[in-house]
Amino acid sequence: MRLRTGGQIDRSTQISFRFDNRWYKGHPGDTLASALLANGVRLMGRSFKYHRPRGPLTAGSDEPNALVELRSGGRQEPNTRATVIELFDGLRAQPQNAWPSLSFDALAINDRLSPVLTAGFYYKTFMWPAAFWEKLYEPIIRRAAGLGSITTKPDPDAYDKGFLHCDLLIIGAGPSGLMAALTAGRAGARVILADEDFRMGGRLNAETFAISDRAGSDWAAQTLAELATLPNLRLMPRTTVFGAFDHGIYGAVERVSDHLPTPPMGKPRQTLWRIYTKRTLLCAGALERPIAFAKNDRPGIMTASALRAYVNRWAAAPADTAAVFTNNDDGHRTAADLIAKGVKVAALIDTRPDAPTIAGTELLAGAQVIDTSGRLGLTGITVKLANGETRKIKTGALGVSGGWNPTVALTCHQRGRPAWDDSIAAFTPAGDLPPGMTVAGAAEGQFSTHAALAGGAAKAAQALDDLGITARTPDLPQAEDAPTKITPFWHVKGDKRAWLDFQNDVTVKDVKLAHQEGFRAVEHLKRYTTLGMATDQGKTSNMGGLAVMAELTGATIAQTGTTMFRPPYTPVAMGALAGRSTGPDFRPTRLTPSHHWAKEQGAEFVEVGMWLRAQWFPRPGEKTWRDTVDREVRATRASVGVCDVTTLGKIDVQGRDAAAFLNRIYCNGFAKLAVGRVRYGLMLREDGIAFDDGTAARLAEDHFVVTTTTANAVAVYRHMEFARQCLWPDMDVQLISTTEAWAQYAIAGPNARKLLQKLVDPAFDISNDAFPFMACAELTICNGCPARLFRISFSGELAYELAVPTRYGDALIRRIMAEGTEFGVTPYGTEALGVMRIEKGHAAGNELNGQTTALNLGMGRMVSDKKDSIGAVLSRREGLNTPDALKLVGLRPKDPQTRIPAGAHLLETGTRTIAAHDLGYVTSACYSPTLDSYIALGFLKAGDTRMGQTLRAASPLTGEDVPIEVTSPHFVDPEGERLRA
Amino acid sequence: MHDLTPLTALGASKPRSDTIGPVTISEAPDVALASVTARLGQEAACQDALRALLGIPAPDIAAYASGPQLSAFWIGPDSWMIMAPYDTHPGLANRLTSVCKDTASVTDQTGAWARFDLTGPDLPRLMERLCNLDLAHMPPGRARRSVIDHLGCYVIKHQDGILLFAPRSAAQSLHHALLTAAQAALR
Repeated sequence: MRLRTGGQIDRSTQISFRFDNRWYKGHPGDTLASALLANGVRLMGRSFKYHRPRGPLTAGSDEPNALVELRSGGRQEPNTRATVIELFDGLRAQPQNAWPSLSFDALAINDRLSPVLTAGFYYKTFMWPAAFWEKLYEPIIRRAAGLGSITTKPDPDAYDKGFLHCDLLIIGAGPSGLMAALTAGRAGARVILADEDFRMGGRLNAETFAISDRAGSDWAAQTLAELATLPNLRLMPRTTVFGAFDHGIYGAVERVSDHLPTPPMGKPRQTLWRIYTKRTLLCAGALERPIAFAKNDRPGIMTASALRAYVNRWAAAPADTAAVFTNNDDGHRTAADLIAKGVKVAALIDTRPDAPTIAGTELLAGAQVIDTSGRLGLTGITVKLANGETRKIKTGALGVSGGWNPTVALTCHQRGRPAWDDSIAAFTPAGDLPPGMTVAGAAEGQFSTHAALAGGAAKAAQALDDLGITARTPDLPQAEDAPTKITPFWHVKGDKRAWLDFQNDVTVKDVKLAHQEGFRAVEHLKRYTTLGMATDQGKTSNMGGLAVMAELTGATIAQTGTTMFRPPYTPVAMGALAGRSTGPDFRPTRLTPSHHWAKEQGAEFVEVGMWLRAQWFPRPGEKTWRDTVDREVRATRASVGVCDVTTLGKIDVQGRDAAAFLNRIYCNGFAKLAVGRVRYGLMLREDGIAFDDGTAARLAEDHFVVTTTTANAVAVYRHMEFARQCLWPDMDVQLISTTEAWAQYAIAGPNARKLLQKLVDPAFDISNDAFPFMACAELTICNGCPARLFRISFSGELAYELAVPTRYGDALIRRIMAEGTEFGVTPYGTEALGVMRIEKGHAAGNELNGQTTALNLGMGRMVSDKKDSIGAVLSRREGLNTPDALKLVGLRPKDPQTRIPAGAHLLETGTRTIAAHDLGYVTSACYSPTLDSYIALGFLKAGDTRMGQTLRAASPLTGEDVPIEVTSPHFVDPEGERLRA
Repeated sequence: MHDLTPLTALGASKPRSDTIGPVTISEAPDVALASVTARLGQEAACQDALRALLGIPAPDIAAYASGPQLSAFWIGPDSWMIMAPYDTHPGLANRLTSVCKDTASVTDQTGAWARFDLTGPDLPRLMERLCNLDLAHMPPGRARRSVIDHLGCYVIKHQDGILLFAPRSAAQSLHHALLTAAQAALR
């Protein structure tokens, strides 16, 4: 019910929202949980395992119970905590883990079966037969257990990422955080104040006591107003700092638009921030823990501080009568606040026989709650009095306080372990905190408002002092300074089930069972019972669980210790982690200079690394890609074709020692390469395996251009830089990538020269005599455009590569096509490129697969023994040079129209298809339109001695088994007459 | 004079410019670039040659500076990128080679990079979504290499804004990131 007055809600505005198929009204400032409670709805969810009816246990992000599926369609989000969902007009939420309805859930039968569904049930039960694991047991378990369901539709929202820098990051905007921000902000430091709540102020918004002469929430609002005027301070509400990472870096998620029906145009739903800090002050407050007692999970039972928060901050009472069960003085505050707000308090049950008195309700000192009633919501409690009598008390709400746990999670992310403090019966930050982090306020175990304010100011000033910034501590406003009075009390003894972990349905009995079965270490307890493993990460449950375990083992809680706290503090959406990098923007796309032209031609593109390359250029009437590729190959071999080869890596190598450097990088010799000539080169890895191949063109005595394969462009450049900087710093060599600086086209075919002669300016003679195979030159084309020309051939044809400054790449391809019309010039894509190189027997990525040597590739003699080069020595290892070493061979099917499957293994005819008979494997396969036959390249043991043999290529994967003949890998023009023509 | 028509990195004949809120993001194709790296043992001589050419000392580590005609930024030990308007300096690399002679290796980088000019107030608000440089506290005249949306970029802060160099082939990916971030940050 909604109280008549009070609360930080805007009563002048009414907003509608829908939950469990019913419409309700609420106000701005409400959370979904507070609005539902104000509407008399306590039942908000069903539990994970037993499907027990549940209402909110807390009023914050530690909520284990009130989980809903928020929104619908692609925006549907499961396991959303109703206690932190900011209400907006039109909000829709559905309960989860309940069928057919929230109030009648068929799987609540699990609750009846609870005697057998204990901890470890699945481990013990679903063991035999193994064949049932995947098909039967797992589907059953998955259907029965679980929380919300995810949408299968794409998320329509955008997410963003960013980087922030500050002197001081203050995590939490309660009294200590606000005071710290005031101190550091006024001192001029760069400050970020982040808080997960949409209304900053922390507990000040949920309490009634005053700061100076005004309400705590008013003081918070006034302080925030001043902070908002400071240009050096950034206020980040709705921002959860979820992890403390290395070097003072923190992860935070800002919920930019979650409080709106949909994000505004162009705005992200959430932003993931990486915050670089010099110092961090953790002011994360503390979380109240419940006490375990029989049936303590009914809707209407919640932590005392939550009950107080609903009444004070949201003017929402779960029922008109409430009771409080406590082991410490803070529970008395709840009773007093409820009474002040006009909520009837039936009794204050305090486990301490010497509990202080309270006005306005009956104090039952030394008493314990031993049972509760109410199927879908609390109707009454049974109390065992100090004198041993029991009494039934009618109440619709029960606030439970077992004491407060400082929120130490972030202090432990660098493996710090908290220490037990008897005076507050809780763990406080200790050990190795993340470097640069200090803690203030309740997070440090300082529970009074005065201590929080004082601690925030002092710790902020101290942090800034470390950075050489002088901060004047502001005058501390007057605030309550009550001491913490608590007598630890974890659970009421009894036979009935008493819940510790509400989200994972772990009871005191389960912990006892774990103890009985030997799972006594806290980390074992966690895995065996699932205590603390749910989306709430045990914020309200871990402490109780390990306290019960300590009791059972006879150890102290300090000796028992806590489980490890890890990021994220609260769940982070995968979308936020991805940021802008989703869908087609998952990674950058690199476009070739001819991209726009190719697109106009209707080219099909293929991703090669990050590049988009034209794969083929279909023409009307061509039914399959093969028709297209066959045409492109035939046209190129018959006349002339053109292909964009810009993507090949280009590295400018200059310096007096450039030639000597390349001599060490490549396994073959480069020192004597003449200026104006190009040479094929093979690079080996340090271990002697082939790394990459390409060409090096010598433009001047001290200037080379090295080309690499597209895929290895970066790796080769890195390798060469490493060699230059680390291996041979005494060499005069300078390297820089020029891949992007030049648009480069391969022009191949018998008419290539004729076409080029129409482009190259007449001053340059590119006749066969003047510009033979493997020549290169810097020249001009099209009446003065600077260009580079290389006479190299991947296709085996008379071929050139022509490069111009990138900005003219588009114009050049159009000019080539225009000038080539008379020759029927044909653009070809990567597929035709691949077919032609297989026909020619050139190795490519499939053959340079990281397992092959120069010897395997048929280039063993290229590894010069007249000089040293990277990998040369290890390429001579005995194991790499056996007589039966794999050799690159050509393969032709006995039936030319039967394809050879790529990846197939080579075996003798008549042998079984087993690894022991393996002779090698197929690396590249295609249909050769030139030979009118399928062909392939592959590695075959002692392949050079097996020419003409008949073997079979078997692919157990596809079931194909093809008789093949071993041939030379050079299917087309083995003598190389065409490329020298 | 040849008649090949240049295309901008974003694939058009005219540079693109977008204004989002107070920020303007403009493609700047009129840029000639060349790298100059001192040869081993020639570092001082190379700096002398650059000083004569630029009219100012070659920029210090991670710095950017403008001379009367040419500007330059540091890209590595004894290594700089020299920049000039393309229209007036189409042969920038050749000129640098003739000036530096044997003291340096010069490589034309004109086509390798696409430049975007960012102007307007609040640029750090935009840049904080793009890279981890602390641009709010970076003084003008700084040139840094940083990763933006997986792309290695040069980020230069000067008196009137920011110059951003991205690999030319990925210009449109970077441009998309710039517009997306600008809309998220600034509108």
